Amino acid sequence: MTAAFDYHRPASVDEALSLIQQNEDAKLLAGGHSLLPAMKLRLSTPGALVDIGRLEELQYIRDGGDHIALGAGTTHHAIESSDLMAEKAPLLAQTAAVIGDPQVRNKGTIGGSLAHADPAADYPAAILATEAQIVVRGSDGERVIDAADYFIDLFLTSLGPDEIITEVRVPVQGANTGSCYLKFHNPASRFAVVGVAAQVTVENGTCSRVRIGITGAANAAFRDSGVERALQGQAASADTIAAAAANAAQGQELLGDTFAGEDYRRHLCRVYTGRALTQASGG
Amino acid sequence: MANLIGQSVKRVEDQRFITGQGRYTDDITLPNMTFAVLVRSPHAHAHVKNIDSSTAQNAPGVVGVFTGADLEAAGIGGLPCGWQVDFKNGDTMKEPPHPVLALGKVRHVGDPVAIVIAETRDQAADAAELVDVDYEVLDAVVNSVTATQDGAPQLFDDVPSNTAFDWALGDAEKTDAAFATASHVTTLEYTNQRLVTNAIEPRCAIGDYDASRDHYTLYSSTQNPHVIRLLMSAFVMGLPEHKVRVVSPDVGGGFGSKIFHYAEEVLTLWCSMQLKRPVKWTAQRSESFLTDAHGRDHITKAELALDTDGNITGLRAKTYANMGAYLSTFAPCVPTYLHGTLLQGLYTTPAVHVDVTAVFTNTTCVDALRGAGRPEATYLVERLVETAAHELGIDPAELRQKNFIPAFDGVEQPGYETQVALVYDSGDYAANFQKGLEKANYADLRLQQQAARKEGRLMGIGLSTFIEACGIAPSAVVGSLGARAGLFESAGVRVQPTGKVSVYTGSHSQGQGHDTTFAQVVGDQLGIPLDDVEIIHGDTEQVPFGMGTYGSRSLAVGGMAIMKSLDKVKEKGAKIAAHLLEAAEEDLDFADGQWTVKGTDQSIGFADVALTAYVPHNYPEGLEPGLEFTSFYDPANFTFPFGTHVAVVEVDPDTGQVSVERYVAVDDVGNIVNPMIVDGQVHGGVTHGIAQALLEGAIYDDDGQLLNGSFMDYPLPRADELPSFETDRTVTPCPHNALGVKGVGEAGTIAATPAIVNAVVDALWHLGVRDLQMPLTPQRVWQAIQDASA
Repeated sequence: MTAAFDYHRPASVDEALSLIQQNEDAKLLAGGHSLLPAMKLRLSTPGALVDIGRLEELQYIRDGGDHIALGAGTTHHAIESSDLMAEKAPLLAQTAAVIGDPQVRNKGTIGGSLAHADPAADYPAAILATEAQIVVRGSDGERVIDAADYFIDLFLTSLGPDEIITEVRVPVQGANTGSCYLKFHNPASRFAVVGVAAQVTVENGTCSRVRIGITGAANAAFRDSGVERALQGQAASADTIAAAAANAAQGQELLGDTFAGEDYRRHLCRVYTGRALTQASGG
Repeated sequence: MANLIGQSVKRVEDQRFITGQGRYTDDITLPNMTFAVLVRSPHAHAHVKNIDSSTAQNAPGVVGVFTGADLEAAGIGGLPCGWQVDFKNGDTMKEPPHPVLALGKVRHVGDPVAIVIAETRDQAADAAELVDVDYEVLDAVVNSVTATQDGAPQLFDDVPSNTAFDWALGDAEKTDAAFATASHVTTLEYTNQRLVTNAIEPRCAIGDYDASRDHYTLYSSTQNPHVIRLLMSAFVMGLPEHKVRVVSPDVGGGFGSKIFHYAEEVLTLWCSMQLKRPVKWTAQRSESFLTDAHGRDHITKAELALDTDGNITGLRAKTYANMGAYLSTFAPCVPTYLHGTLLQGLYTTPAVHVDVTAVFTNTTCVDALRGAGRPEATYLVERLVETAAHELGIDPAELRQKNFIPAFDGVEQPGYETQVALVYDSGDYAANFQKGLEKANYADLRLQQQAARKEGRLMGIGLSTFIEACGIAPSAVVGSLGARAGLFESAGVRVQPTGKVSVYTGSHSQGQGHDTTFAQVVGDQLGIPLDDVEIIHGDTEQVPFGMGTYGSRSLAVGGMAIMKSLDKVKEKGAKIAAHLLEAAEEDLDFADGQWTVKGTDQSIGFADVALTAYVPHNYPEGLEPGLEFTSFYDPANFTFPFGTHVAVVEVDPDTGQVSVERYVAVDDVGNIVNPMIVDGQVHGGVTHGIAQALLEGAIYDDDGQLLNGSFMDYPLPRADELPSFETDRTVTPCPHNALGVKGVGEAGTIAATPAIVNAVVDALWHLGVRDLQMPLTPQRVWQAIQDASA
């Protein structure tokens, strides 16, 4: 039972921008799969909803040459089932495929998920590992945020209060590169307790480039540069992967709850980093 | 049609359920209806110093706000308890008032404090936020052992040690002697954790007072409309029962939680009397978590005594049963007569003793949940037996085989009298067990396990047998044990003039398939097509006084009430047929819906006889017209389904994640009316039982807050986590009912939980793991592996 709210359905991103600038307690509604449950529990009581869920200008998957451009309103289902994504940015497609359930994937959008920034969401791991960019538009025009600068804390990002995510740019996965997203899910919510996205380039048997994004484990998703450094330049072998993964989440403050305490989460980071690296490196 | 019994007829109710055309209480909209939202305590334990509802009264759309003081002034009583279990020393059970709305104190999070009624549900929700309640928060206690200790917060002034009652069963002296001389004693200490019931349909109630007729209608999502009507009329509201109608249309799952009488049923009806308008309340899911009665929550120490050969010589147990904040309708019988009485299991254990302390805590009320006491008993027995086998180095299958009660059919051989007050009806436990082992290919599984261990894989095999007392229940027996109700069932069979048949049963489906199973019984017995039978239930104005559906009783008790009425229909029909055929009754055969003069081709059909009964022109002298009978059936005994379940699991040594690889269930539920429905019940029950072992469990913090009160945090099982179940049966008919049926709704739940835990412990025993606390979350299993190898 939501509290009362006004509802707006703008015809364009620009109109949506002006609506959220005019209404201080307005919230953007995209797929609604995080916002609406919170409103039903009255944990969130926005005075107005600005529904951008049907804006076609935000729904696309385009080949941008060195990157794939995803409209912020693109659904998880569109991403998981796109041939272009499967060919050029498979890590995002693989991640999208394990979000929630089919109903969530049919309604939920990548822009909505990134704006909400649930610490246990799946996308952030892959966004970090692919070094994607998030394009946002506000009253001062457009700006591009690097993934590494985007996720800040619990439900907190570098997105401004009057900004709308319009696009996500995912670099095309290079030659000799493999990737993998694996998550240990919470059996109730199926959100990630720990989700690890790995992208590994192996040239002549050596890991020349390693990227690891970890979600679920901490207040915000993070790149595990310690693991990346430990493996980069090493032979792609079970031993080197095990040695690098053994230090996953080193120095990170991790979450703990009744299902998985902090120590266990740390352990899962290590196990899942090892498994994701093994698969990404073709092991 | 003849031979409908035993056929896997497709469920006639599924068309409407699957296509979204079920009609649940919340689907009912009455003219001029208002909507209620409850103000609930956010604290587990607090004095209510003041309630200021003046702002809420004046909020948009609000038509009424009521508190406990209003109900008290109107003489509305508290919610009654339907079962009395007195203290061992003879003192009366402590049964403190359970006010419909809090009076001075709240005792669990979600305890209702006020009700707000408005023109719309949203307006009521908005206004409910404006009710200003001044709480003085008190220390809370949530653990049933802690609650009995000195210094624990006291929920009630006159309930020392928060103890509702204590209770014991069995021969303590003999049992202690068995332990004193035992060559081996196995001991387990554990919590059989609290479960949230989670029926898919949230509870809903609509009160509709008709002042013009002084008539009271309650629509409610309940498993037993007549029981609710009786409790409201006789105990809570003092209403004239003959003017009270309780209607329960389609019910979307109950699993026990909709047996009980809830505050909202009283509130919607009473508020409707005040407002002269219908009042509807529908639970939000978060309210369901906090207010639907929970299940289990036993803290137990259990011991098994054995001789050197692995013969069981004694079993004793001490359990602290958490009742929650008040005594729910049938709460006292669950940890006592539905638990202690099943501790014999399938074994010849010559000495059994059980001691139970029932305790109030600042938590949601605990009552019957699918299996109700019997899962706790089976877990206790089967974990002990399994652990003893491991400790003694005897194969767990062999140890069970050594100790089974020998076969008895209850006819030629008498029923088996246990050490704990029951007489089992019939059973061939060893044969059922053997079939279970063969179906699972047990010997080969042990070889596979050895091979897996060599590869570093952690494979486990878990066995569980079970027996349950269901077909609840012989009224005089349960009356002697403290029940304040009879547990018979009713059935009216009305043959219509065209030969179609309407059946009015006191049983009430929450999804079990009554419309199909009962129609099969009727069609089979009368030789008419399934389509000619309509099953009517869930309305006190249509159905004779009946007791409802729980305790796997519908077919064994409700079905037998139908059988009694069918016998009367056939008997009277034969008189009419004999008259029409100008033959003697004893010269007639009845088969395939026809009465035939033996040895001739002269016959008359059921529909012709029915028509004659209502158009009695050419009719037996002195015989009443009509073809309609109402019967009440009170069973001679409980029924005792049993079975053997085998679980095969694999544990991920890196994460502790348990994967159920195979699940074999060989149940004996007596004769079977619809094999497909029985399989479905076993599938659902096993899933429920696996979920307790691996996933579910309410978690309260020390302040009495339910930490996992939503589906974001409280896991339910999903199909992708389960193997394809392998089911089979043995059939030992129940000797004391004509259908020979025993009941199946709870069987799977009872057996599956210990089977899974036994399997996981079996997978880890060689690493040094000896026991695991449920639910077996990956973290717990991983930690156990770490601790064992440390």
